[in-house]
Amino acid sequence: MNTPDPKRWKKIEVEEYENLVQQTKPKPPLLKHCIWAFIVGGLICLLAQLIMNYLLNQGIGKVDASSYTSVIMIFLGAFLTGIGIYDELGKKAGAGSIVPITGFANAIVASAMEFKREGYIFGVGARIFTVAGPTLLFGFVVAVLIGLIKVFLSS
Amino acid sequence: MPAKKKRGAQTLVFDKPPVITSWASIAGPKEGQGPWGQDFDWSMEDYLFGEESWEKAENKMLRETVKKALNKRNFDEADAEILMAGDLLNQLVSSNYAARELGIPFLGLYGACSTMAEALLLAAILVDGEFFERVIAAACSHHYTAERQFRFPTEQGVQKTPSSQWTATAAGAVLLEPVGTGPRITAVSIGKVIDMDQKDISDMGSAMAPAAAHTIKTHFNDLNRSSDYYDLIVTGDLGKVGMAITRELFIKDGLQPEPNYSDCGVLLYDDFQEVNAGGSGCGCSACILCGPLLKKMTAGEINKLLFVATGALMSPITSFQGESIPAIAHAVAIEN
Repeated sequence: MNTPDPKRWKKIEVEEYENLVQQTKPKPPLLKHCIWAFIVGGLICLLAQLIMNYLLNQGIGKVDASSYTSVIMIFLGAFLTGIGIYDELGKKAGAGSIVPITGFANAIVASAMEFKREGYIFGVGARIFTVAGPTLLFGFVVAVLIGLIKVFLSS
Repeated sequence: MPAKKKRGAQTLVFDKPPVITSWASIAGPKEGQGPWGQDFDWSMEDYLFGEESWEKAENKMLRETVKKALNKRNFDEADAEILMAGDLLNQLVSSNYAARELGIPFLGLYGACSTMAEALLLAAILVDGEFFERVIAAACSHHYTAERQFRFPTEQGVQKTPSSQWTATAAGAVLLEPVGTGPRITAVSIGKVIDMDQKDISDMGSAMAPAAAHTIKTHFNDLNRSSDYYDLIVTGDLGKVGMAITRELFIKDGLQPEPNYSDCGVLLYDDFQEVNAGGSGCGCSACILCGPLLKKMTAGEINKLLFVATGALMSPITSFQGESIPAIAHAVAIEN
């Protein structure tokens, strides 16, 4: 007779338990989250577009106008983080407020605020990119790769 | 020769059950507005508690709770013989720094959110063993210190899942003595670390439920007690998800969960307080025990209580390395 293998027993136990967990765990309200994300993300983009149109109407060139718009949106994201509104928005909107450039500003300013008490060098300085760091690093890597592709294609 | 006080696999029974002669609790602003706000000794107005940082606030919470528990018996810090305390922060800083100010001989304990039960059971062993006559067991947690250590910067806009829990800002302390008036600790069960391969760090309840069910089942087996022996079995901080799973596990083990089973994480907040599945943190079970539960025991509304604090024993580092979440639960039987 085969002796029961404890590892196999444990595996069955774990699988059974996983089923129980999946049955019990409440599912996130996906549709509601999507609607919130769509509306908030859309409004942020609409606001940016309005700013951009205004700048264009003032006779600013297209390249400059889009740079100014980004700067203004980053400022707004940082400002709303500073006065404690952006995290409340993020709880509801999820990706709708994380994906736009304002969300990137939020990630950096939130880290800076969080670690201020540990001083400006080892706190703010060392930790400001804890959340945004991966985006920056891989953004740079992709930029370099695309730059290289362009160099090869144009040569 | 078998150990005199050990029963079964994991349980100890005391010859001279230590008495909980005094206790105190402090709750944060959110906890103070919850359903048990009136039962805590103190509700903080803000998260800084008059200090410069959240870490200092947490240390002050623990310190003041310990002092309050001693003062209620007309003792001061010099009268306490040993302090056993813990919190959630790296290197147990809140407890260490509180012990620095209090000047009481100190043993720091880490059992994540199970710390209150761990401290209570060790304190009871020390008193029953006639090593000490005035032992303090305490635990605390602070929402924002835990959040920044385990999760995200607090001002970052992150969406929480329905199974996630809110780390409580709270502290609780009890004073144990060999004689006196008050509820007594009659038996304790020391839990095993149980890991059912759960990896979702925003769902601690599912990770901890098997540990809670295992310790409770072992406690009943070791003492040959039936599940209706206790007026209330209360787990530490499983939250709504973990509590629902524990109910299922009880039924599987042949225990009757209703109506005398509850969970501190579910009790601590009202539904509209936006805490998703409920409360967590060392302070969660500590303040519910040292607030409403012991109050109800003195009033005679509860006579036999099984307090089972539960802890998830991972760290952010092990989680990023893909490790599952091990969990532990200790049971403390408190009877009038």
